[in-house]
Amino acid sequence: MQNLQIELLQLLQQDCRMPLEKLGIMLGLPMETVGAMIDDMEKRGVILRYSPVINWDKTDRERVEAMIEVRVTPQRGEGFDAIAKRIYRFDEVKTVYLMSGAYDLLLLVEAHTLKELGYFVSTKLSVLETVTGTATHFVLKRYKSDGIIFEGDSQDKRLAVNP
Amino acid sequence: MDYSRYWNPDIAAVPKSGIRKFFDIVQTMPSAISLGVGEPDFVTPYHIRNAAIDSLLDGETQYTSNWGKLSLRKEIGNYLESRYGLSYDPQREILVTVGASEGIDLAMRALLKAGDEVLVPEPSYVSYRPSVIFAGGVPVPIKTEASRNFVLTPEELEASITRHTKAVILPYPNNPTGAIIGREALEKLCEVILRHDLLVISDEIYSELTYCPEGHVSIASLPGMWERTIYLNGFSKAFAMTGWRVGYVCAPAQIMDVMVKIHQYTIMCASTQGQVAAEEALRQGREDEYADVTTMRQSYDHRRRLMFNAFREMGLNCFEPLGAFYVFPSIEKTGLCSEEFCEKLLREKEVACVPGTAFGACGEGHIRCCYATALDKLDIALSRIAEFVQSI
Repeated sequence: MQNLQIELLQLLQQDCRMPLEKLGIMLGLPMETVGAMIDDMEKRGVILRYSPVINWDKTDRERVEAMIEVRVTPQRGEGFDAIAKRIYRFDEVKTVYLMSGAYDLLLLVEAHTLKELGYFVSTKLSVLETVTGTATHFVLKRYKSDGIIFEGDSQDKRLAVNP
Repeated sequence: MDYSRYWNPDIAAVPKSGIRKFFDIVQTMPSAISLGVGEPDFVTPYHIRNAAIDSLLDGETQYTSNWGKLSLRKEIGNYLESRYGLSYDPQREILVTVGASEGIDLAMRALLKAGDEVLVPEPSYVSYRPSVIFAGGVPVPIKTEASRNFVLTPEELEASITRHTKAVILPYPNNPTGAIIGREALEKLCEVILRHDLLVISDEIYSELTYCPEGHVSIASLPGMWERTIYLNGFSKAFAMTGWRVGYVCAPAQIMDVMVKIHQYTIMCASTQGQVAAEEALRQGREDEYADVTTMRQSYDHRRRLMFNAFREMGLNCFEPLGAFYVFPSIEKTGLCSEEFCEKLLREKEVACVPGTAFGACGEGHIRCCYATALDKLDIALSRIAEFVQSI
């Protein structure tokens, strides 16, 4: 069952709009079973949301992204959790990781303009009392994200008929 | 100039592959979806490609031993032992070839004298018959039945044996039917093979692609069979490496000595970068339990179920394939012959399949559809075939 759950998740990750019936055929399970597995995984928080992968560079929307390395002073009894929570509540912050190595938290931050992003770092992030330093790296181009190649050749190069 | 007095009439008489015509038509239809391919839709895993790139950068541009790189042969030996319980000496019993296709040719040329017969269960891969003829032998087709899961039976085998029979080809898992052969069925065949003192040429190129818990059983692993089996395999299907042209043949040293002579004077050695890539495929596989193969197999299995189900829904008789990446439904109900069906389907609905007759006359009434095709294209192709079947 564990393996089938992973297979199901992998199929949903490829295309979460796949009908239950088709998922059932592909996994060799009745569609009711697949439905129940999905319900269960939604309840347990294994599946959090069904969202499309968007290449925003192909839209008209102005958008700036940056990776920000943050050094912080961990707090007694709370470790890094309390400060991570204070940081991830900002709408601009899309992703937060606790990291090993030269810095503590890695943020992926989004804003409409460079100015807006700079404003966020200087007036909201850096001023938090436990933040001891930041380094901001702007994203210039996204080649691959979550296993999906954003730019490149994905054509089928096979001959149409062969033995 | 009339060349007919120069060429060998036996070779010239071999018909061109039955799929050529479809290939020519598809070429003129850029929007056609092809289920007519015989290779994975995956690109070779990157770490494998990268190993070949590194080898080129390092200037590894020389011949290898005629037998292939010893390090690769050792990996092959280890792989066969751990996966299929087969024990071959990398020094004398494993030869790296230019695809398993070369292995077929070597086996035939090493074994056959004029008039020797080779039994070819059909439907099966297009090269067996011509290879027997090119080597001066006589191919004797044995028709396998959909009603018996396209598995060769001991009765069918026995009925085709004559005093000229030298060997039988065992093409499982099978292209084009997707049939596999289990231990029990193999044991029954072995009894006949031993009694008639035949050799077996076992083409196990699809051995990694089976979709049942028992998996693949090699005939060479059964009692008394190792010494009378020429075992063929390669990297094309399991590791999505068709274009690299790397396969291997394993056999007892005495037979191998004869095959190696042909190989060393005609081929020299398989491409060095292909060998490096193949070695990387097996080396990494040994470490991560063949994760690449598992991922690809799982993806084929999903699509296999989808396609098999779709043909059943169309009301066509369809045998459940448990190996390779083909479905071989019967189209007899439509009243069209295989070739008509495929040609009309291609012209009217722009979906290319291969007529069953390309794989032997007994493939009539069937078509071969490859499910190693992107899921979105597969969906479109299947709905077009359904429309086509309904319109007849």
